Amino acid sequence: MTGRPAISRVAAADRTTRRRYRRGRRLAGGIAGATLGVALLIWTLLPIYNMVLISLDDEGHEFTGSLWPPDPSFDSFRVIWTQDHWYLEHFWHQFGNSIFVGVATTVLTVVIGSLASFAIGRMQLRRGQLIGDAALLTYMLPTAILIIPYVHIMHAYGLSDSLWAVIAAYVAFATPYAVLILHQYGKLLPMELDECAKIDGASPVQIYLRIYLPLMTPALVAVGVYALLLAWNDYLYQFMLLSSTRNMTVAAAIDQFFDSDEAPWNYMMAVALVYSLPPIAIYVALRRFTSFDRVHT
Amino acid sequence: MSSAQQVLPLQTPIPAGRARRPRWRFRLQGSNTVWAIAFVVPYAAVFVAFVAYPVVFGLWMGSRPTLYTLLFSDPRYIDTLVNTLLFVCIGVNMKMFLAFLVSGFFMQRRWWVRALLVVFLLPWALPALSVFLSIHYMLVSQWGLLDTLWSVVTGADGPLFLVSRGTAMAANILAYIWKWLPFWTLIFLSARMAIPQEIYEAAAIDGATGIQQTVHVTFPLIANVYLVATLLSTLWTLGDFPTVHFVSSGAPARTTDVLATYGFREAFDFGHPELGAAAMISALPLAIPVVILLMRRLHRSGVQL
Repeated sequence: MTGRPAISRVAAADRTTRRRYRRGRRLAGGIAGATLGVALLIWTLLPIYNMVLISLDDEGHEFTGSLWPPDPSFDSFRVIWTQDHWYLEHFWHQFGNSIFVGVATTVLTVVIGSLASFAIGRMQLRRGQLIGDAALLTYMLPTAILIIPYVHIMHAYGLSDSLWAVIAAYVAFATPYAVLILHQYGKLLPMELDECAKIDGASPVQIYLRIYLPLMTPALVAVGVYALLLAWNDYLYQFMLLSSTRNMTVAAAIDQFFDSDEAPWNYMMAVALVYSLPPIAIYVALRRFTSFDRVHT
Repeated sequence: MSSAQQVLPLQTPIPAGRARRPRWRFRLQGSNTVWAIAFVVPYAAVFVAFVAYPVVFGLWMGSRPTLYTLLFSDPRYIDTLVNTLLFVCIGVNMKMFLAFLVSGFFMQRRWWVRALLVVFLLPWALPALSVFLSIHYMLVSQWGLLDTLWSVVTGADGPLFLVSRGTAMAANILAYIWKWLPFWTLIFLSARMAIPQEIYEAAAIDGATGIQQTVHVTFPLIANVYLVATLLSTLWTLGDFPTVHFVSSGAPARTTDVLATYGFREAFDFGHPELGAAAMISALPLAIPVVILLMRRLHRSGVQL
């Protein structure tokens, strides 16, 4: 009888120390987490802030050496808007070229990739696995190493200084990913759908158009975004395969800036910022969707 | 057996349950095969014209053995090889390990952690061109942002990053990690989310601490994804061009080139495309074992990437 209260008293004391310990740990964990969060934030934003800082400077050749713009000016953005500098004479035309390359790459990748994955996955083409392996091998390829033969090959194909050369390259590099992803995603759709449609007399083209494409929409969007970002983010192929100012894209034009010594840095950073806006807009618009889909691929 | 299959390619073995359908299947499959082939033709054409042919053409360009004696007699090429190894080994492994740790941080369900994730993924969405130019300007002069920060914090002038090979190479590697850390963090985040919560609860009941849970539960369960991600990233990084091209641009005096930028310069700045192709091909002894390992992994385990 006398032992019980003592035990419960010990247990209660134990419980309070444990609670205090746990609270202390939680506090320490919170501080560590917050510190890590701030560190990640600074790490991520520093180069982006640097772009903004330089682009808001109105002197192109000197850095101000301060952490915030002493005299912020939007002059460089006005110069871009009005194409008021000889480096930026064709800026909006080149921006249009970039959009054209991106859209054409997206459309072709989605069409070619979905046709191929439909044939392999849904129609069960014999030796379809060969296509899958070819796609996988291409997907692993570091694409930059192909630029040297590409320059020669595009010349032979009669596509030098043509936007279509760049589009062909990006379609070739994006379709393998499209085939792999669409093939994986297509496995989730029941085969019975296709068989029912077949019994009702649907041709393969009808099955592809009326059943496959509508049901695959989420995966098609993910693949399309991938292709668009690939075309927008790469610059090597645009820089090497396009030579005339009229046919250049923004990415190719910025590299010309970079190679010249007297190029104003504030205009260059302003161009870089403007060029970054479309992918950010896509990213924000499709944030949940793309990150989720990219994660599951 | 095999000749019979060649004569009658359409008579695939029919499962017992579908015995009712053979004639119907047989009739439709003929036209189906034609359609299926027609559907694959665009992909096959793009593959042959813009992947297979360039690869073969590149191999042919760099097929003269004398090119390789020329390469190895160039001391800058040896530097380049060392740089490439440093860039790939340190860059990829550091990035993957950090991505693994950071993905654990982003598993928290607090609102500010989720908001931070949106910001954290920005480098992945931004064009490489823009961000690497920005990083270049942060480092290139003593009035760049990083040196300004340095002098604000320490009061002394900051170092000139692109003047010595060591700091310039470190800058390349850090810029590379900055750009690609978010993407792989996302991959590990999804792999972590696929682990059932019950396993952690069971481990917690058995008294495992957070670190023990990470080492004995999380890591073994995503080890396969980690390995595949590392191998794939190694291949991609082996041919990484924009990082070094923009961040250090080979400075100082071409001592920080990697194979991709070295090959590019030889081919287009100095007009030796064959030497450039040979430089790119010299990465193959490193790449082929990785490809074989990766193909076997992917075929066996079916990891999706």
